[in-house]
Amino acid sequence: MATEGEGSGFAIHPMDQFVIKPLFGGEHVHWYTISNVTLWMALAVLCIVLLLVVGTAKRSIIPSRVQSVAELVYGFIYNMVEEVTGHDGVKYFPYVMTLFLFILFSNLLGLLPMSFATTSHVAVTVVLALMVFVGVTVLGFMRKGVGFLGMFWVSSAPLALRPILALIEVISYFVRPVSHSIRLAGNILAGHAVIKVIAGFATLVVASPFVVGAVGAIYGLELLVAVVQAYVFTILTCVYLRDAVGDAHH
Amino acid sequence: MATGTETAAEAAGHGGGHAVGMPQLDFSTWPHQIFWLLVTLVVIYLVLTRLALPRIGGVLAERSGIITKDIAIADDLKQKALKAERAYNDALAQARADAARIVAEARAAIQADLDAATARADAQIMAKAAESEGRISEIRAGALDAVTEVAQDTAHEIVAALGGKADAGSITAAVAARLKE
Repeated sequence: MATEGEGSGFAIHPMDQFVIKPLFGGEHVHWYTISNVTLWMALAVLCIVLLLVVGTAKRSIIPSRVQSVAELVYGFIYNMVEEVTGHDGVKYFPYVMTLFLFILFSNLLGLLPMSFATTSHVAVTVVLALMVFVGVTVLGFMRKGVGFLGMFWVSSAPLALRPILALIEVISYFVRPVSHSIRLAGNILAGHAVIKVIAGFATLVVASPFVVGAVGAIYGLELLVAVVQAYVFTILTCVYLRDAVGDAHH
Repeated sequence: MATGTETAAEAAGHGGGHAVGMPQLDFSTWPHQIFWLLVTLVVIYLVLTRLALPRIGGVLAERSGIITKDIAIADDLKQKALKAERAYNDALAQARADAARIVAEARAAIQADLDAATARADAQIMAKAAESEGRISEIRAGALDAVTEVAQDTAHEIVAALGGKADAGSITAAVAARLKE
């Protein structure tokens, strides 16, 4: 992937930014190693604490700026959970909020220069998506029992089509965690790689003004993508959750 | 984990950190990432459920409670203001009616006083006029007598000055005769 320039001064290594490095030396990345992954996840936690705990410490009736942002995020996700999953879904609001905040802050922190984007790694997003998938499946069987399988049986379709539709529904159900995770990692990965590739051309004097403009433009786009992907991941989580806790919609 | 990716992991571990292939597909780092991801998620979840969400939810509930209460109070005050305005308007109309009545009464009383005073003044004027009439006729009578007397005296003196000797009776008769003309 790393495009080595042909000795012309190009040094385009778009994938180097995703390398996991132990922070305190060492050759091998063990599961417990403190690495840049640990650092940037910890910074995400720090940002969340600063926004939601420190920012709301005064519990003012007339909120400060930080507190109103925290309340805005709270209200946004709360309403999303309530509208999409219905009233029964509200008790899973803290879980959805955790996912949203982690993804949002990881995406945004990943956009800082020299930073490390934890959500660009499939390992992270696969775990996030599998947690939703397994959680929804377990919850669905716990709440609806065998009736949970009814969502694969499209009762509004003609009888002859139903087995075929059921097969398609089952396949699409199992594809969910794949698309759910690859969408997030792919978006973040692609955006960061594109910025790096374009920035690599900055050594070419003729191209450098264009590079500055392009990197600025793509950076703005990536800010949008960072927020939108966090939103998309969260609302899909809510949609999947509705299958388990909401009324039958199929 | 997978021996095929071992070299990539080693390459990543070395100084400079050049990626060989996609670091995302280096499965040897997956346990590491998954471990720290789970730690992070648990920490965020605990922070949210223990601290942040109850606090923000409480603030929002408290605020909406205060707003509801304030709106109710404002509504109450508005009703009171409307009632007060109505009472004020009533009082104003009442006062206006009272004032009109008092003015009418006062005007009637003044009119009566005025009539009485006028009548009295008329009577006094009549009396005064009658009295004056009497006095004038008296004075006129007095003046006539005085003229007669003056005429007799003057006539007497003139007669005496002319060297005549006139008796009072004939002079009086003569003056009276002249005055009658």
